[in-house]
Amino acid sequence: MSRRRLRKEPFNLIISGVGGQGNVLLSAFVGAALLNEGFMVSVADTFGVSQRGGSVTSHIKISKKTLYSSVTLDGKADVILGMEPVETLRALGEFGNPHVVVIVNPRPIYPSGGATYPDLDKVKRAITKLSSKTKFVNATEEALKMGNPIYTNIILLGSLVGANVLPITKETMMPILKERFPGKLLEENIKAFGKGMELIAKA
Amino acid sequence: MASIAMNKPGATVLLMGNEAVARGAIEAGIGVAAAYPGSPSSEVLTTIAGVAKQMKIHAEWSVNEKVAMEVAGGASFAGIRSFCAMKQNGANVAADFLVNANMTGVGDAGMVVFISDDPGGMTSNNEEDSRTITKWLDNPLLEPSSAQEAKEMIKWAYEVSEAVNLVTFVRGVTRISYTKSNVMLGELPEKKEKKAFFPDLWDMYNPKKSKFTSGPFPIFHKPLHEKLEKAREIFERSTFNQYMGPEHPELLIITCGACTSYCTEAVDELKAGERVGILKLGTTWPLPEKLVAKHLSTTKTVLFVEEIDPFVERNVMELAASLLPATCDLTFYGKRSGHLAPYNEQSTNLVIDALVDILGTTYQARDLTYDEEAKKAIQIVPDRPINMCAGCPHRATFWAVKKALQLDGRKGFVCGDIGCYAMGFTAPGFFQSRTMHAMGSGAGVANGLGNLRQFGFDQPVIAMTGDSTFYHAVLPALVNGVYNNSSFILLILDNSATAMTGFQPHPGTGLLATGDPAKVVDMEAVCRAMGADVRVCDPFDLEDTTKALLSMIKKDGGTRVIIMRHMCQLVKARRKITNKYRMHVDKERCLGDTCGCDNLCTRILGCPGLMVDREISKAAIDEALCVGCGLCADICPSSAIIREEAI
Ligand code: SF4
Ligand code: SF4
Repeated sequence: MSRRRLRKEPFNLIISGVGGQGNVLLSAFVGAALLNEGFMVSVADTFGVSQRGGSVTSHIKISKKTLYSSVTLDGKADVILGMEPVETLRALGEFGNPHVVVIVNPRPIYPSGGATYPDLDKVKRAITKLSSKTKFVNATEEALKMGNPIYTNIILLGSLVGANVLPITKETMMPILKERFPGKLLEENIKAFGKGMELIAKA
Repeated sequence: MASIAMNKPGATVLLMGNEAVARGAIEAGIGVAAAYPGSPSSEVLTTIAGVAKQMKIHAEWSVNEKVAMEVAGGASFAGIRSFCAMKQNGANVAADFLVNANMTGVGDAGMVVFISDDPGGMTSNNEEDSRTITKWLDNPLLEPSSAQEAKEMIKWAYEVSEAVNLVTFVRGVTRISYTKSNVMLGELPEKKEKKAFFPDLWDMYNPKKSKFTSGPFPIFHKPLHEKLEKAREIFERSTFNQYMGPEHPELLIITCGACTSYCTEAVDELKAGERVGILKLGTTWPLPEKLVAKHLSTTKTVLFVEEIDPFVERNVMELAASLLPATCDLTFYGKRSGHLAPYNEQSTNLVIDALVDILGTTYQARDLTYDEEAKKAIQIVPDRPINMCAGCPHRATFWAVKKALQLDGRKGFVCGDIGCYAMGFTAPGFFQSRTMHAMGSGAGVANGLGNLRQFGFDQPVIAMTGDSTFYHAVLPALVNGVYNNSSFILLILDNSATAMTGFQPHPGTGLLATGDPAKVVDMEAVCRAMGADVRVCDPFDLEDTTKALLSMIKKDGGTRVIIMRHMCQLVKARRKITNKYRMHVDKERCLGDTCGCDNLCTRILGCPGLMVDREISKAAIDEALCVGCGLCADICPSSAIIREEAI
């Protein structure tokens, strides 16, 4: 059993985004880190056709004593990591509550087929209003600066760990990144992770 | 995943349900595993194949589920424990073999089949409940409630299979298959060299000796029912069936599988532990009747919670009827009473709603003012329809099809099939697909439509199939078309993988499940040998492809084949193959909202890499998403989308 404290039983993390953004990878990393810290975790991702550009949600339920079902109960999220703004708002609509902490990448991904995307400032205001604490992290922008949008999710992972809302640290995360990324890729991903930690400290 | 072959009993690792199932099969000492990819079950065989050589297992992607089942059957007949995995639809394909395999039994080495159903159809175009198939086939059935239990059940299922000499099923659902959670590993079997041998006993009138021929059936049918009774006896004592709650609960919940944790959570949330008991069944067919009867006698009210069909519900009610009058004052709630639905996924919240109504309590998920605000705020959230990936070759194919059919002008259409291109009946496929049913049905249905000339039918018919689907079920339909001279075009979208389910190899790729090289079954040569007229196109050569299509359409008569060959964009990305173009939009040439094309690129072509720059109302490339396939440059009527050769 973990020596670390858990603020609530179970503690519910949600990662929301768009299929293809890599939320399955993110949730697997977070799940593995929590397991290494001695917690019981259930990680449920959206698989299947929604992976093709639809709206996707990963649920991570953390406990010190038992394995819970994988999906978060309505209105019971403790932390939401939003990889895209309207998807973050969608998750808040279903799982939000006055105590939820939100970390969000404010870069929109437009729905296909010409559906109109709401005014971004309006979306950001709604997110802020529906959370107890909101941190905006320009992850896509930073990833593009690093030369590849693929780093967006690892930057966000850095921000999530750096925000100190979960019982995991950089030290728990490092061996997992090492196992996953070979050689030069590791270097770049550690850089991205560090960038995320830096951004959240400033957010 | 490295931990799959780890010989560290007692170690806890994070495993997806499908990986836990694979580990269970490995711990059970299987020698052969066969499957056809189908979400939510695909990762089971991928996982086994990943360690197959090391663990001395023959693991294969079979061309379809029936063959997979037969491959496993063959192994068990020769004394090697075998394993199969499939999605719910796969059970239909394989059922014909199974009906007969149940007459003969599997021999001395067990055979276990893992079927993962898809409540809510998250990865399927139906939400069939495979348990009903198990019941009409007369096979024993287990339902795990977690990844850990899935692993243990798979192992135990071999004991059941061998004890009763029947294929034994383990039913998962998407949430079991795809949830990752803590799993404690068990022991790996000692590596004993086991010799496969086909027993040479034969006496057609003795079911014990005539092992593997399913006739004459009257001899076998009676023993089959005796085997099921034996399985029932075993199930009565199974520790996979558990009861949690008071001795005489006011309400007894009978549940199974993934729903188990929904029930425990719902009871916890409502703090109703003193009023409600939960009977969790791990063995759901044949029903452990004595155990269930005992629990029915402790209560007056029963609620059934299970995924999809009221399977356990009906079986228990049938049992209750047989126990009358002892059961006459029981009230049953569940799908029949409308407290839960026989469709869509179940959840803790749905169980809470049912309990609130039955127990007469109240529940509030979150602060009411917040709830109102949240509901209001999300009104601005747009729908996010699924789409083909940026750079997907299918988008180019559908564009060419639409164009060619328009030019032909006789209201031609597409008979669709199962795979990423199933999106063909929605916006990403420009609504070209008009039929979609089972694997291979596009070609089958086209066969029928293509022989309606004497009834005045002259619309061109294009059947679409993916490469993997082609080998799975389209081959017979193609033979049928050539033989019966049906007039249609078969488009084979050869993108080098089973993309929808996670890029598994198939007979056309030259790779085995283990990653080793394989003989390529050349689809072009196969089609030619069957006597079809065959052409090969690259859909990204949009103009040539459209022309080729149009000329094939105009040919009318006979079965014609076009292979659309271009690698799936995600496979390219996995293999680090980049496209050659860097794209930008010439803002001067793009006419934006005033363009007569009506936002052809963003609204109609709909590649995720294209967007509207709202400030100037003109098209733009989203550099985070565009992969540089160049397609949009070909369709812009104003030549405003520019491709530069980047490499
Ligand atoms: S996975 Fe491949 S085939 Fe499927 S939509 Fe994406 S690019 Fe197309
Ligand atoms: S080039 Fe055009 S069609 Fe191809 S991925 Fe980029 S935006 Fe999409």
